[in-house]
Amino acid sequence: MISNKIYVGTDVGSSRTKVAILDPDKNLIGYSIKKSGTDFYARAEECLESSLKAARASREDIIKVISTGYGRKNVAYADGSRTEIGCHAKGCFLYFPEPITIVDIGGQDNKIIKLDAKGLRTGFKMNRKCAAGTGAFLEEMAARLDVPLEDMNDLASRSTDMIKLGSFCTVFSATEVLENIRNGKNITDIVKGVFYSIIKRIIEMDSLTEKVIMTGGVIANNPYLVKMAEELIAGKIFIPEHPQLTGAIGAALYAMENDK
Amino acid sequence: MAEEKKIVIRRLETAKDLGKFMAKYYYELDEASKTGKEKIAWCTSVGPAEILRGLGFLTYFPETHSAMLGTTRMATDLIPVANALGYSPEICSYLTADIGAFIEGVTPLAKVFKGIESVPKPDVLVYNTNQCRDVQDWFLWYGNKFNVPVVGVESYRNVPEVTEGHVTGIVKQLENLIEPLEKVAGRKFDMDEFKNAVKLSRECSDLWEKCLAAAASKPSPLTFFDGTTLMGPAVVGRGTQKALDVYHLLLDELNDRVEKGLGALEEEQYRIYWDGMPVWGRLSMHSKLFAGLKANVIASTYCSSWIFSALDENDPFGSMARAYTELFIVRADKFKEDYIKNKLDFFGIDGVVYHDARTCPNNTNCRYGLSQRLQEQTDIPFVTIDGDLNDLRCLSDEQTKTNIEAFIEQLEERK
Ligand code: SF4
Repeated sequence: MISNKIYVGTDVGSSRTKVAILDPDKNLIGYSIKKSGTDFYARAEECLESSLKAARASREDIIKVISTGYGRKNVAYADGSRTEIGCHAKGCFLYFPEPITIVDIGGQDNKIIKLDAKGLRTGFKMNRKCAAGTGAFLEEMAARLDVPLEDMNDLASRSTDMIKLGSFCTVFSATEVLENIRNGKNITDIVKGVFYSIIKRIIEMDSLTEKVIMTGGVIANNPYLVKMAEELIAGKIFIPEHPQLTGAIGAALYAMENDK
Repeated sequence: MAEEKKIVIRRLETAKDLGKFMAKYYYELDEASKTGKEKIAWCTSVGPAEILRGLGFLTYFPETHSAMLGTTRMATDLIPVANALGYSPEICSYLTADIGAFIEGVTPLAKVFKGIESVPKPDVLVYNTNQCRDVQDWFLWYGNKFNVPVVGVESYRNVPEVTEGHVTGIVKQLENLIEPLEKVAGRKFDMDEFKNAVKLSRECSDLWEKCLAAAASKPSPLTFFDGTTLMGPAVVGRGTQKALDVYHLLLDELNDRVEKGLGALEEEQYRIYWDGMPVWGRLSMHSKLFAGLKANVIASTYCSSWIFSALDENDPFGSMARAYTELFIVRADKFKEDYIKNKLDFFGIDGVVYHDARTCPNNTNCRYGLSQRLQEQTDIPFVTIDGDLNDLRCLSDEQTKTNIEAFIEQLEERK
């Protein structure tokens, strides 16, 4: 490492904790992703340690830390916090500096954030009231279908005759899935139906104007979702190199900004 | 971690006077209920209170009681009681909480006012469906329980312009109320008393409007969260001299603050408009949340709902019909859009918060594209929070917090 100044962003999400370390030139030089579990403080510590190791840096090199995500107030070493909306926006704008619509699929919620040419937010929405269209929905459906979560992407991509799930609600969707299992439908087709339902729920949240960027853990682990979304909106969707890290990277950028 | 700064919200001295007014009001009703010396009419919050005064009724407003069920956070446990009777969790949670409380035999009045054990018994229930259909269903349930008459006005809804046609129709309905109400009152309708009530209501409305307008000063001497409780006398006391007296005190204090440049918050960097109902069980939490972000929610559609500028003692029936049909809640979206736009301009607003209240579509104005249209016209950003007036099962505090914080961050970036 040439400079020993580093900026840290810690994103404690409902499902995963992510830490990103940036050098002063905004290069990602270390990161870590772990299950958030129930001890947010401990997880944030562990993630910091392993990302420091990856960056071959030490705590003394840290100029500033900004935390974000559901557990943003549970990061003992943070100097301040910002919401995940702001951090996702900043993280995405670093890689796509133009007017964009960001679609983030998180563990517990989805976000749609719109930015203008300067990277300023013109509006944002978080999903409402229920788990439809989130990572939690995908996990619930994987459990219903008794397939490992990591196999869902492959299963969906092998479908030849997708089943459509019509309902808004996770509980109703689960019933629909059970009905399809009972009727002997192909599991690949049901999984594709689950993917389709996720995409639909998100697209219903807001109009996807400008260039569309997708982020979040669900996207990182299920690239087939992006392909389906592209078909549905009949347009290209862009993915940053580390779609699960945009919040943490944005937080690190805030750390850098506040330092200047 | 960064130190959290102490939040300073300056309380209004006259809030105590308004509190005393409310106490007297409830004791008077309780006395009448216990002794039967005076007749009691239950009335909807924007119902024909002035006519009731012309017949000597004491008036009780169940919606205010429901709001108390909300602020005391009793509502969430009582709503399911009404749900079990077939009143859906999706309908007005004022109605469900209030009926639930009645069935369970509990009331926040008993907690707040020593000696009061129950809500006052009605001799008659009088509604106006100008605000919603729920009030009619609600009152009919009680009419049945107490075996007393239920009368009312079935109003127009989604009115673009109030025309003579609307007014004539409502006047007729108002006049038709007199005869059945005289029977209950056991006396004749007194035109002078009625005219006087219309006059006092108008004065009360003008004063309340002035109090709310004081928030246009920078910094604002008032917050929306104050307003939601300060408006009590405008709801329950309109048409009485006592309500005027307390609002004179309030206006003096607000003007005094304006003169001294004293804001309700120590720091007011962002001026916010709130559209929709308050989340009664979260008033204090929300007030601190905004104040902690140096954002003052200074004006709202809701608190302005008790402004009846058309009232005129020289045309009491006609002006009542007009005033109660001109209300925001009765109007079509184009009117609502222009109305809010004027408020945003008048109060110098930086951002708008829309509360999408699950169980009250009538006070929720962001479901038909209005928020987007207004943002396009004014370039003032907005955020929507999902919640409810009374049913705390319909909201996530964490989501609200993140939404509001993110919204203020957005405003900060724009400054
Ligand atoms: S306007 Fe809304 S809150 Fe008020 S009584 Fe009607 S439904 Fe209930």
